[in-house]
Amino acid sequence: MISLFENFFRTPPSKTAALAKERLQIIVAHERGSRRSSPDYLPALKKELLEVVRKYVPIDQSQIKVHLDREGGYEILELNITLPDEEQRQGPPRRNGSGA
Amino acid sequence: MATVIVVTSGKGGVGKTTTSASFATGLAQRGYRTVVIDFDVGLRNLDLIMGCERRVVYDFVNVINNEANLNQCLIRDKRVENLYILPASQTRDKDALTKEGVERILNELKQGFDYIVCDSPAGIERGALMALYFADEALVVTNPEVSSVRDSDRILGILASRSRRAEQGDTPVKEHLVLARYAPERADRGDMLSVDDVLEILGIPLLGVIPESLTVLQSSNAGVPVILEEGSEAGAAYSDLVDRFLGKDLPHRFTSIQKKGFLKRLFGRG
Repeated sequence: MISLFENFFRTPPSKTAALAKERLQIIVAHERGSRRSSPDYLPALKKELLEVVRKYVPIDQSQIKVHLDREGGYEILELNITLPDEEQRQGPPRRNGSGA
Repeated sequence: MATVIVVTSGKGGVGKTTTSASFATGLAQRGYRTVVIDFDVGLRNLDLIMGCERRVVYDFVNVINNEANLNQCLIRDKRVENLYILPASQTRDKDALTKEGVERILNELKQGFDYIVCDSPAGIERGALMALYFADEALVVTNPEVSSVRDSDRILGILASRSRRAEQGDTPVKEHLVLARYAPERADRGDMLSVDDVLEILGIPLLGVIPESLTVLQSSNAGVPVILEEGSEAGAAYSDLVDRFLGKDLPHRFTSIQKKGFLKRLFGRG
């Protein structure tokens, strides 16, 4: 009975929207931080690498993997380029013997 | 060249399909040839919201699997010229959406349309990823509520890292915020995140604020995109949103408390 009486006259709870904003700012900043494991330049790096490799070996976008890992104090950039089988490869003409 | 726009959110139930339907309808009303595609394989609903559920014969997956051609599958809207609906499959599983298949259909649609609106399913699974992968622009639909805002931020991260534009190092997908189900009086009382709060957290440009409104429910009951409910607040808000998307500089309406007269308070409806 007393608690009901108290409830009735209690000042309204502090505004929850402000609390929501504060909690969101913290969690969003945290989640964006961990997202940084893939920095902005990776797609461009991948694209340029692809162009360079293509000068010598015909490969496509799916055959090149670029991955950045963070471990303790350092970052590891992992490059994985899958070359096509020898018989599929019809790269630039090789000049054996004659001219050179 | 056609523009591909994804309507996405991460969280379900925030108004993606409502927004897709009204946005596409608005573009078509303004004379642009527009198609709206339902990417929610297995849980299609765009057809219901557009009011064409009984006219679905073939679907998106049929076209991807070459079981039907695009013309058999596109449903022409009976109210608005230039508007077509491409329904999702209700029976197939989500893996039916292959990147190659979706790309082929989009390329075909680009020949005949100005705008291709992709209605994304909730979540960040295959359907959602396929809906956003080929996008040039994105409407991120958010409610002023913690879980929706957080999920929107997550989707923004995915747009920035896993879309084709991101993978190929092109200019990033252009992002627009659509704040839906907004109740100015609640925000004013401090019980709901305000427009400014959400903008500050997400940090992307605001395209439109859609007020919480009974008309949205009523128009979905009737299968009429709410933008066609002229005179309703939600309809007007969507209409403004489309004009802003097309480059008009319009002030945001319905973001503060509307003073109602005595009679309107007695008889008026939201």
